[in-house]
Amino acid sequence: MTEKLTGEDKLKDKGDDFYELLITAHEGLEYDESVALNARLVLILANEIGDIEVLAAALRTATDK
Amino acid sequence: MPHYENIPYPFKRPLELDGKSQQLYPVAIVGAGPIGLSMAIDLALHGIRSVVLDDNNVVSVGSRAICWAKRTLEIFDRLGVADRMLEKGVTWKVGRLFHGEEEVYNFDLLPDDNHKMPAFINLQQYYVEQYLVERTQDFPDLIDLRWLSKVTDEELEDEKVTVSVSTPEGNYTLDAEYVVACDGAKSSVRERLGLPFKGHTFEERFLIADVEMEQSPFPDDETHERWFWFEPPFHNGQSALLHKQPDNIYRIDLQLGPEAYPEEEAKPENVIRRIKQVVGDRKFDLDWVSVYSFTCAKLDRFIHDRIIFVGDSAHVVSPFGARGGNGGIQDVDNLGWKLAAVLKGAAEPALLESYHEERSHGSAENILHSSRATNFMTPKSKMEAIFRQEVLNMAEHLPFARKLVNSGRLSAPCSLADMALQTPATSPTSIPPGTVCPDAAVTQNGKRGWLLNHLGGEFILLTTGEAAKEYDPEGLKKLHVSASETDETDELVDVTGTIIAEFGENKIYLVRPDQHIAACFDLSEVECLPTALRRANAGSMMEAAE
Ligand SMILES: Cc1cc2nc3c(=O)[nH]c(=O)nc-3n(C[C@H](O)[C@H](O)[C@H](O)COP(=O)(O)OP(=O)(O)OC[C@H]3O[C@@H](n4cnc5c(N)ncnc54)[C@H](O)[C@@H]3O)c2cc1C
Repeated sequence: MTEKLTGEDKLKDKGDDFYELLITAHEGLEYDESVALNARLVLILANEIGDIEVLAAALRTATDK
Repeated sequence: MPHYENIPYPFKRPLELDGKSQQLYPVAIVGAGPIGLSMAIDLALHGIRSVVLDDNNVVSVGSRAICWAKRTLEIFDRLGVADRMLEKGVTWKVGRLFHGEEEVYNFDLLPDDNHKMPAFINLQQYYVEQYLVERTQDFPDLIDLRWLSKVTDEELEDEKVTVSVSTPEGNYTLDAEYVVACDGAKSSVRERLGLPFKGHTFEERFLIADVEMEQSPFPDDETHERWFWFEPPFHNGQSALLHKQPDNIYRIDLQLGPEAYPEEEAKPENVIRRIKQVVGDRKFDLDWVSVYSFTCAKLDRFIHDRIIFVGDSAHVVSPFGARGGNGGIQDVDNLGWKLAAVLKGAAEPALLESYHEERSHGSAENILHSSRATNFMTPKSKMEAIFRQEVLNMAEHLPFARKLVNSGRLSAPCSLADMALQTPATSPTSIPPGTVCPDAAVTQNGKRGWLLNHLGGEFILLTTGEAAKEYDPEGLKKLHVSASETDETDELVDVTGTIIAEFGENKIYLVRPDQHIAACFDLSEVECLPTALRRANAGSMMEAAE
């Protein structure tokens, strides 16, 4: 399987809002704490997406394999 | 050597210095920057007299603001100065964003043939101020512009403000019904009133240099571009910007990092070394150099009794997105007609409160966007730097990531929807109240023109479609847009069909003196118009056709 996501923009005019929320969530954290936060976030988002095909394609897009 | 020669304006001895004038001025404007000058012109167009006091006697030293947005140009057009600005300014279209050596994406601000004004022009602030000063001279009876006149105090009384002025030939006081403080980011009026200016100062330093250069650095001499780099290959800072101005002058911004020493960085030998890294072997002369750090801050309240804050005295932003001067010109547009109506007794002072409501909201939006851009440019932790790095790495191939890249969100007017003066529309098919009326090509009597040139200065009722044509209430100027050629000489013709398409058919729009839509009705709702008009004047019964 080489299928990847096209990465079309779904956040629309809320992109900057999301980026700010993300950066704010990391504010004041030690690097290791930030890495752990990212891990939790990936797992939570994966569950919300709930579609193994999409998740596999997302992983391929992110690892660019 | 600066290319632009600053010619000092003369000090003229005012009558007050010899005790020969006791008059009460309707408005005293503190500061003759772009905002104070525009304010005086807007008031003069409404027939309101003002005295403008500036502590200096030249226009902006150094180019400072260079990017002027479409909405600002539309306002300048209403003030009668846009043609000169367009003629002199550089209209830029193509923007390119680089990450290191690689171009990540580019955009083309295609001119909209249906709008008179382009998306942006670049024009040095000294030209903008010079043209505004020259425009004030068209109103010798209404604008009294006084150079080398520093305002040192203001005393609030019941019906007026007494302003103290210091000049090379002595000190005097004058009385004004209202004081409009346009005295810039370091406003001393604000300081004397003890008003907190809350916000955030970014530690990052930026080197801003204007260089005069014959040979364009862009591939096509005729196409003026805007180049922005994250992690530029030619200097070890985080970002760089290259932009063209008139007179073969190029603006170069280099992000230096928080540790840079301003005095050291501003030394010509250091500046020249850095610029050579940007422009290569092309011959250039340094025109103006400055090292900045930026603050985003605003006043809680823009109105303090009879003293009103406008422009940088009320709010400052970092320059990414060009929202400083552009935001200030929108303040002027918003306040001019309201202050004029109150001074003429056509509206209650309550109307001024809506200036605070609307522009405090607008400046908060500008601060939000420019703070976010500045944050994106200055990651503060390892994780933040990683997020940014990966956004940039993905941006070339993944559209969503491109949207997250933030080198500044370019100035656009805010919506005034759901605020005190606007009546919410019942029909979803119209342009929402609170929006600036979009421009469009029109003809009148067979002559080509622009919709916005027919709007502004007073309340106007704009009607579309055959059925709405007959609706013509008393006491309000009316403008009808017809879908096809007409014999009526005062009607506009929607030559491209976009007005009817965007505004809807058989609609009635109430357009404010600042070209914003206050209300929109279907023909069946016309009985709501008087209420909407009263609401748009903050409860006052204003004679629209004054
Ligand atoms: C490097 C840089 C780049 C920028 N780029 C852009 C851009 O591309 N687009 C944009 O829109 N904006 C830009 N800005 C912002 C823009 O320059 C300001 O927003 C704009 O100058 C504000 O105008 P103003 O009239 O409110 O204040 P100012 O221009 O500061 O004018 C204030 C005036 O008041 C006078 N004054 C002060 N105190 C007194 C007193 N006590 N008595 C009498 N007179 C007094 C001063 O002499 C001055 O003439 C930039 C700013 C900088 C620094």
